[in-house]
Formats: sequence, structure tokens, C-alpha cells
Amino acid sequence: MTTLEVTVLIAAGAFLAGLLGALTGLGGGVVIVPLLTLVFGIDFRYAVGASLVSVIATSSGAAVAYVREGYTNVRLGMLLEVATTIGALFGATLAGWIAPSALAVVFGLVLLGSAWFAAQPRPERVVESPDPLATRLRLDGTYPSLQGEKHYHVQRVPLGFGIMAGAGALSGMLGIGSGALKVLAMDQAMCLPFKVSTTTSNFMIGVTAAASAGIYLARGYVDPGLAMPVVLGVLAGATLGARVLATTRSALLRVIFAIVVGVLGVEMIINGFHGRV
Amino acid sequence: MASMDGSEPLPPPRPVWDDDAIERLLARLLQAGVLLSTLLVLAGGIVFLLHHGRATPQYSHFTGEPAELSNVAGIIRSAFRGDGRGLIQLGLLVLVATPVLRVAGSLAAFVVLKDRTYMVLTSVVLLLLASSLVAVVF
Repeated sequence: MTTLEVTVLIAAGAFLAGLLGALTGLGGGVVIVPLLTLVFGIDFRYAVGASLVSVIATSSGAAVAYVREGYTNVRLGMLLEVATTIGALFGATLAGWIAPSALAVVFGLVLLGSAWFAAQPRPERVVESPDPLATRLRLDGTYPSLQGEKHYHVQRVPLGFGIMAGAGALSGMLGIGSGALKVLAMDQAMCLPFKVSTTTSNFMIGVTAAASAGIYLARGYVDPGLAMPVVLGVLAGATLGARVLATTRSALLRVIFAIVVGVLGVEMIINGFHGRV
Repeated sequence: MASMDGSEPLPPPRPVWDDDAIERLLARLLQAGVLLSTLLVLAGGIVFLLHHGRATPQYSHFTGEPAELSNVAGIIRSAFRGDGRGLIQLGLLVLVATPVLRVAGSLAAFVVLKDRTYMVLTSVVLLLLASSLVAVVF
């Protein structure tokens, strides 16, 4: 195949990933690396480099819509970014010392975790009582709802901070947004309302990815010819996905996406063990 | 920005960020950054495909990028030469800069709010980001 043909096919695949990622709220980043390595036979390091920059594109691209909605908790985001950026720098540095096939196995495990996560029902766990540390850090906030402004109290700040450091490390190591883990930390551990956790997570994903992007660029992982169709495709898909989001948030789509991600996870692990990645 | 008096520790119903002019301005800047980046990547992509579209891609073997595509000075030089790959890489640099810009903007907002704790935390994040980007600048 020529470069032109490969570019068009990758752009189409990235578009689909961005669209599905936005529609299911799981982000497309997690399927970009398996798509590039398993389907197109691209080197793991180039795949991770292209994926990471596409993660920044979707995060910054969606930020405008999210700010307009007005749920982002900037204080909480900034506090947790201390954890994610430290994690990301650590993860990206570590990735340089680990064999790509071993990283592929880790990636496969993350995919399986994401698939499981996508299939789980997650109850909203808004708590009425304030937490002393959260109060001192002024993390509590309000969000608009049908019943007017609603207050929420952030819980278990140290646990959330710890999970975020892990999310950052995975993001830096594997070139993904770790959106699932970020949302898990915020709406399950810290008991934020969904709308606040989703938008704050989006705000953080771009910053976390930017922390490892410098290391990736300097190491030569970001190939412009490859990153071009990935970034443009994911951005176009995610933008379209955000437009139709209001009309079609189907549970079926989540199940399909979970199955696809799970299958890719198994494939990544098998290929990693055989050293084919 | 009517309720931006941060001199006293505020009770829970604190000023909400979302109505903030700074936040909205930042969102606009992000949007402009993403747009500029997209245009650069698109333009570079067209030039790249016109020159190399018929070649066979070498993505399956990792060789790493040459210095002129992995540090800022080299990228700017090759972009201004009209090299397709250089233009794409410049677009990607702009993209990486957008979240950094957002953090810098938040720092400015916390300075306006006189919020010491978050001035410090935001500065730490900014320093961590800078420490990663140092590798690309030099």
C-alpha cells in the first residue's frame, strides 16, 4: 500500500474511533493504539505518539462546549493535575525503558479494565455532608440541574489524588487519556455528580497528555505523517459525536463498544506475549 | 466578575468559575489554538501527500524522528521551508501548547482571585509541564 492509501484508511479508522468515543463517553484514545498496531502493523512507539497528540486534540476541542455548560470544577481539576502530571512524567519516562511488547500486555489489561468499566452500572453517589479536607481546599461546588442550583460535597480527596496519579502514569506510559480511570476516581471515590466529573476529567486529560507529549516528541515517537490522519480523523469524529450526543446515547452502543474494547484487549495481550507488537 | 473578592475564606456558595469571563476567554483561546493547529496539520498533510503519497510508508519499523522534527527550532525551520512534515509537526506543537495555555490562564485567574493555595498548585502544574517541554525546546 502507498502512503496515500494508508493515510486515508487510518483517517477513516480514527474518525470512527473518535465518533464512538464521544458517543459512549469513553474517549476514542483507548482504541487508537490497538487499531494502529493490530490492524495496520505500525510500531507500538509511533502508535502511542500519534494517539497521545490526538487525545490533546479531543480534550481541547471539547473544552469550549463544556465551559459553556459550566460544570467544570477548576480548583479540583488543578489539584488533581498535580497528581496526573507527576504520574504522566513518571509513566512517559518509564515507557522508554520497557520493551514495547511488555507495554502491549499492560495496554491489553487496561483495555479489559475499560471494557468492564463500560459495562458496569455506575450509580451517582452525591453526598450531603461536607468533608473537612475538601472544605479547607474549597473544592465543593454547585451545578445547574432541573431543580435549580445543586450543591455537592467532594469526598475522600487523598484517595482520589492517588487514583489520579495512577491514571496519569498510565496516560504517560500508553499514550491514552485514561478518561475511564479519571471519571472513576471522581464520581466513585470523590462522589462528584456525573456532569461535573465528566467535564472536569476532559479538562484534565489535555493537561495530563501535554505533560508526556514533550517527552514523546523529543524521543521521536511522534511521526508527522502518521499523526496527521490520526489527529484529523479523531477530531472530526469527536466533533460530530458531540453534536449528535444529545439525541443518541444508547445503552446498546456502550455494550458494543465494551465488546470491541474487550476483544482488542485480548488481542493486545496475545500479541504482546508473542512479541508481535 | 462581580463576586471575585477572595480576601476572606469563603463559605460554600462561593463565586462560580463558569460565569467567569476569564474561563470563557480561555475557552475561546483553546478553540483558536485547535483551529490553528488543524489548519497547519491539514496544510502540511496536503504538501506531505503530494510529495510522498506514492511512496511506501515505513511505520512498522521504529527509527525515531530526526532532530529537525523533534525539537522546536528544527520544526520551525522546516515548517518555514514549506516542508509538509515540518508544517504538521508545527501544528502538533501548537496543539500541545493549548492545554499549557489553559493552565497559565487559570494561574492568572487565581492571581486575580488572590487565592494563594491555588496560585501555588497551579504554578506547580505549570512547572511540571515546562519540565517536560524543556526536552523539546533544547
